[in-house]
Amino acid sequence: MLLSRVVKFFCSLRLTVVCLALALVLVFAGTLAQVNIGLYAAQAKYFRSLFVLWPVPGTGLKLPVYPGGYLIGGVLVINLVAAYFSRFGLRKEKAGLLMVHSGLVLLLLGQLATDLLQVESGMRLTEGETKNFSEDFRANELVVVDTTDPAHNNVVAIPDRLVAKDRELSLPQLPFAVRVKQYWPNADLLMQPTNGAVAVVATRGVGRGLYLIPRPVATSSEERNSPAAVVELEGDQGPVGSWLVSSALGAKQDFSYGQKSYQIALRVSRHYYPYSLTLLKARHDVYMGTEIPRNFSSRVRLQRPETGEDREVLIRMNAPLRYGGETYYQYQMADAGNGKVSTLQVVHNPGWLTPYLACSLVGTGLVVQFMTHLIGFVRRRKA
Amino acid sequence: MKKYLPWLVTAGFALWVLGGLGSPRAKDGFDTAGFGRLPVLLNGRVQPLDSVARSSLLVIRTRQSVALEGGGTLSPTEWLMEVTMKPEVADARKLFRVDHPDLRGMLKLPAEGSMYCSFNDLRPALGEIEKQAERANGVDAKERNTFEQAVLRLNYGLTLYQRLKNSLRPETTDDFNAELAAYQKAIPAGVAAVKRREAGQSFNQEDFDRILKMLERYDAMANIAYPLIVPPAHPEQRRDAWSNVGTSLMETVHSGRVDPAVASYAAMVTAYREGRPAEFNQALAGYRQWLEPQFTPEVRKGDREFLFHQWQPFYLSTVLYVCVFLLGCGSWFTWFPVLNRTGFWLLVLAFLVHSAGIIFRMVLEGRPPVTNLYSSAIFVGWGAVLLGLVLEHFYHDSIGLVMSSALGFLTQVIAHNLSLDGDTMEMLRAVLDTNFWLATHVVVITLGYASTFVAGFLGIVYIVRGLFTRSLSGETAKALARMVYGIVCFATLFSFVGTILGGIWADQSWGRFWGWDPKENGALIIVLWNAIILHARWGGLVRERGLMNLAVFGNIVTSFSWFGVNMLGVGLHSYGFMDKAFFWLVAFVVSQVVLIGLGLLPSHFWRSFQQPAPHPVPGVGGGLAPQQAHS
Repeated sequence: MLLSRVVKFFCSLRLTVVCLALALVLVFAGTLAQVNIGLYAAQAKYFRSLFVLWPVPGTGLKLPVYPGGYLIGGVLVINLVAAYFSRFGLRKEKAGLLMVHSGLVLLLLGQLATDLLQVESGMRLTEGETKNFSEDFRANELVVVDTTDPAHNNVVAIPDRLVAKDRELSLPQLPFAVRVKQYWPNADLLMQPTNGAVAVVATRGVGRGLYLIPRPVATSSEERNSPAAVVELEGDQGPVGSWLVSSALGAKQDFSYGQKSYQIALRVSRHYYPYSLTLLKARHDVYMGTEIPRNFSSRVRLQRPETGEDREVLIRMNAPLRYGGETYYQYQMADAGNGKVSTLQVVHNPGWLTPYLACSLVGTGLVVQFMTHLIGFVRRRKA
Repeated sequence: MKKYLPWLVTAGFALWVLGGLGSPRAKDGFDTAGFGRLPVLLNGRVQPLDSVARSSLLVIRTRQSVALEGGGTLSPTEWLMEVTMKPEVADARKLFRVDHPDLRGMLKLPAEGSMYCSFNDLRPALGEIEKQAERANGVDAKERNTFEQAVLRLNYGLTLYQRLKNSLRPETTDDFNAELAAYQKAIPAGVAAVKRREAGQSFNQEDFDRILKMLERYDAMANIAYPLIVPPAHPEQRRDAWSNVGTSLMETVHSGRVDPAVASYAAMVTAYREGRPAEFNQALAGYRQWLEPQFTPEVRKGDREFLFHQWQPFYLSTVLYVCVFLLGCGSWFTWFPVLNRTGFWLLVLAFLVHSAGIIFRMVLEGRPPVTNLYSSAIFVGWGAVLLGLVLEHFYHDSIGLVMSSALGFLTQVIAHNLSLDGDTMEMLRAVLDTNFWLATHVVVITLGYASTFVAGFLGIVYIVRGLFTRSLSGETAKALARMVYGIVCFATLFSFVGTILGGIWADQSWGRFWGWDPKENGALIIVLWNAIILHARWGGLVRERGLMNLAVFGNIVTSFSWFGVNMLGVGLHSYGFMDKAFFWLVAFVVSQVVLIGLGLLPSHFWRSFQQPAPHPVPGVGGGLAPQQAHS
């Protein structure tokens, strides 16, 4: 009895309409919210969530006040699948509708997969420069690099979020424990103290004598955080020392422990690839007599030692390079003193084909469905 | 007679439309049209001087012509000829629109009276205007108050005006032809003097000073002249390497010869200043003859764009839409067959003119129909009129006429206001420079806007006729419901496919299919709304009137997606931020809310549902009992 009521609830068209209406309001609110909290934060709050949470002023409480994107999308998928099993069945005259709805399910699932699996990063290349890694747009990592062997570096990378959470990190690859004494998600470094600045408490490295001023966490998609931390290393014979690490620090911090030499840094997270790209030529043309950009393009050389691949590729607006599961897009371009700097956006998205399939399915389905209606209508009028 | 009336009226309007294609008559014997057709390069694209004049006038006075104080008007080209060749006359024309009260106060202009000032009126205050503009420029664009916006606009107009004055010749020259001859003659001796001086040898001070003074003049001109009017010397290397007169004259020092284009313009300037039309026309014809063989596509482009602006197909169709609207509304009250048929054929004519205008623009730009907000407005209207014609063809009840002429007219008004920003055929930024996606995503999504508006306006026709008149019979009401349902189906198809295509384009250019960017969300909201309407109807949650109210709300949704998101000023898609339009958007939304409110009134308020219509309207069907009418 209860089961049949539940089934009936999930099959009903009323539920479809309610979910669609909730989705519409959610999208509208999420769009307006971008003006104040920025695109990235609005996405996380409204669309990539089960509930939209409202922080109750004056308390640490966050109350769910509205269903989020995942919840509405999930219910819609269940609603759709349930409706097919209980009401429509598979009939020839409903073929169009079936295509539309299966396309929609594919689209929603594909977007969920994208949300969960997509990794975006950037590869910033000056003309002539070669890189085999890209840098994450948001995430940072604490790295301890064993530089003893000049031909081969051993990198131990700890994601930034662990640095923030765990105060004590002991890693089997390292002969010492890593203890995070202080952590700031976003901070500027200063040479001189100013209002609100904190003196850095480090015993070694270039951070000694510096000051640091905490900043609010960046919300817009244009800015990025520059985290800082004071990290203490402790070996078997007691503390090795403490260092200030920050992605804002340019200088390398070397030290030795035992018979080995190391470097420590908090830097932008890197994604390494088994191939490299060399920027040969970056172009940024404008229309004659104007500042309107006409085209951006980067000619790069793609080399992969293990397969012997070595070829030139032109990456430009609306024409990305898809290679090895990654897609490289022309993202930004700037003039530096030593030539043009081109930033390629690197996207790893295993589900990138789903929208193409979904689009074809839904488009064809809608055309089939409405054409059947239209032809019927014209026939009836003629009769 | 009544039988032929639709044809006679349509034929009359057709002649009027075709009449606009004729060449304008020359005034005072000067070949103004010929001058206006000459190709130049501005904003990165080849365009006729006439277009330069039009876009400049829009900036300076928000009109495309200049009203003369004694009555009559100056055409854009006539005005440009004055500014570039006889600025002393142009300086006295009431050109600059100054309407901000504080700005008028600062300039000591009377609060009442003409909103237009001449350059001479403003001349004493130029320094003050520049000072205020410089300060306003330092304020963040979104934070500027209306005074700062007004002073910046005026300063921009003044700068543009001064650049135009120095585009064909240095402003202070009287006989430019003679000056160029003297310049060419002075070059050998001058160059020799410069070289000897550099080598530390004795040189002729007089030759040196003469050439230096001239070069200073032309260098200043190179920095200020507005359109690039001198075609490239080596088009085979770079076809877009046009230059302005100043730059070209600086080059002359090296080549020793004045570019034929500069020489021709100089001859025109002198002839115009001295009031000798025959000489002017001869120099103009000579220049065209020289230009044509090497720059055939550019010359053709100039001719075509000149003709396009002369003909004004969108203005003509706007007038026709007004006529169709009146005929359609009239037909519901009297003389149905004649007015309906006349309206139908006029709508066909308007649609043809509208289409011809779109095709003309596509040829001029070498682009698909929609490239910016302006052309999207034109295209939304076009799509709506096409749907209206189809509906009218099937139903013969004037509903298609009224709905589509109203939408055609409104979208043309919107387009006209958008065109006031200047050039509507501007070059496309790198990311938009792809005809494939412009032809697919943009066209389909714009048709989605058009069909959603069509459904919404059909809803308005239903509410207004049902509530305020007795002309909405049960059968008509049912027909309207069928129309709205069919159109919403189309709207769903177009907006969904268009949105997904947009996602795929975004995947191609930015690396993500969907980024919750405001413009993307706007498109999604339209899809969701159309899906809601369809599912609500299938689920029996709404009937006839509910369907109409939902359709009218679709107007709000679509207008938000079309314009509202551009006003948010965030995201990758916001190419055209605009603030003036905000007021009108709000006004439109309020009007739609009021209509929906009226649509929700209980049925005893609806005049059409109170009792059977006393006089069944021919061709529309008789009245039906109220319970049937809104079941």
